[in-house]
Amino acid sequence: MKHESVETNAGLLIILTLAVISVGGLVEIVPLFYIDDTIEEVDGVRPYTPLEQRGRDIFVREGCYTCHSQMVRPFRDEMLRYGHYSLAAESMYDHPFQWGSKRTGPDLARVGGKYSNEWHVQHLIDPRSLLPESIMPGYPWLATTPLDYSDIAARMRALKRVGVPYSITEEEYESNVEKFGEQHARMFDINNAEEMLIEQAQEENFDGDSSFISEMDALVAYLQVLGTMVDFSEYDDGHFAEFR
Amino acid sequence: MSTQDNHDKNQGDKNQVETTGHVWDGDLQEYNNPLPRWWLWGFYATVVFALVYWLIYPAWPIGDSFTKGFATITYEVGGEERTTHWNTRALLARDMQTGEYAVRQREMLEQVAAQDYETILADADSMSFVNAYAQGSFGTWCAACHQVGGAGVIGQYPNLRNDHWKWGGTVDQIEQTIREGRMGFMPAFRDTLSSDQLNEVAAYVLSLNDYDVDSDMSDAGERIFTGMEGGCFQCHGEDGQGLASQGAPNLTNNIWGLIDVPGADSDSERLRLVANFVRDGIQREMPAFADRLSDEEIKMLTAYVHSLGGGQ
Repeated sequence: MKHESVETNAGLLIILTLAVISVGGLVEIVPLFYIDDTIEEVDGVRPYTPLEQRGRDIFVREGCYTCHSQMVRPFRDEMLRYGHYSLAAESMYDHPFQWGSKRTGPDLARVGGKYSNEWHVQHLIDPRSLLPESIMPGYPWLATTPLDYSDIAARMRALKRVGVPYSITEEEYESNVEKFGEQHARMFDINNAEEMLIEQAQEENFDGDSSFISEMDALVAYLQVLGTMVDFSEYDDGHFAEFR
Repeated sequence: MSTQDNHDKNQGDKNQVETTGHVWDGDLQEYNNPLPRWWLWGFYATVVFALVYWLIYPAWPIGDSFTKGFATITYEVGGEERTTHWNTRALLARDMQTGEYAVRQREMLEQVAAQDYETILADADSMSFVNAYAQGSFGTWCAACHQVGGAGVIGQYPNLRNDHWKWGGTVDQIEQTIREGRMGFMPAFRDTLSSDQLNEVAAYVLSLNDYDVDSDMSDAGERIFTGMEGGCFQCHGEDGQGLASQGAPNLTNNIWGLIDVPGADSDSERLRLVANFVRDGIQREMPAFADRLSDEEIKMLTAYVHSLGGGQ
């Protein structure tokens, strides 16, 4: 093909430019899918329960990721502040992942269990009532808006299609029981998604108001599980370095 | 050099410089000048840099693995040395063990861990480390409730900067608070006391803090406070001095953490605030940190908090 024919044909030029540029991306991304060590072998990582998953949807809907990353990087200062650095395995069921790169607020990868449910509820309703110097906006409607979970099964089916092991068949359920234990496997059963969501919301009552299931219930459930699935005391200092 | 000369020179150059040979719209041509030398050599230098980098660091994917490079990092795991190819996680493990600041920090941590509280609080060297380190821990773990400076939130989270200690202000008591958490509880008296009685108790409590109140009311309040009807004395003491083991605050020092009495506009407003508080009771919880923080961290936070408000 002659140089001139490329330069005088805009359509061809665009297609060839895209092809050349995508080489850079493909070379960086594609190998991660077949290199064995990309996702670390680690116990404890599980899919989100229906309630947590809806909380995650709200996290995304409200744009929390524009100010909060979910990625503790392997530096000493980050370890001292946030805890153990994030593993790829910890976001293997996140679609899309919430790593982010913009930290206007603090990183949230290990926020689970750090504060009480009550603290989260009040902080989300009015951040400055707890932290006068905070610039986070309030989200008071979360506590008063009933959670729409009518489409939770459809959402889980969509996630199943991209690799999250929610179960439909008896066989898939049994496999989940083996992998995650019966208590969790029940939560991952798409056939009972709605009942499981209601059960968790009523049992744990994250927002302190048991009269209805609010969006606050879901969001706090999600925040409280972030970064808590892996028990890092089981692994020595160098364990995860072996995967890099 | 005149404008005319410039023009002539450019004309002359144009005739000598090679073009790419492409012609658009009949007369648009493109020069084919050689690249500047400095740019060309800069380009070769980046190529050489890349080649060296590929040899030293992890670089190219091969099948289900990748080239690891010649660079290694050695760090310790449980007393054993482990050497691995260069990667950021191993780098971090080594930095946590032998990095300049990590080593310095560990020395100070060991120094503080070996000292008792009395020595730490008197040792300027230890205290400057404690203040620097614990300020960070406090910001991460405590400030969400007690605020960055430790001043708390009236009505919700205790102020740690004043001389008032609900659960005791000695280092041992503070350490126990951080380690095991606290469950603060005062029952509601709405079913026990009438609204008149509530006002009388409130008047008595205000009188303990030198506010002007009706003396008949406060006398009646005292009888409720110190008698079995209210039973307030069981936690707050006969004289209202409080009882640290119950988390019952001293009611005589005019320090108010849960209601803003000094900020109230009038006598009746003050009376209403206290009476409503007694009517509704309160329950507050401070979480336990023994499982989340190391012993050294708890020790330093204790010394730090003790120093904030003039501990006892």
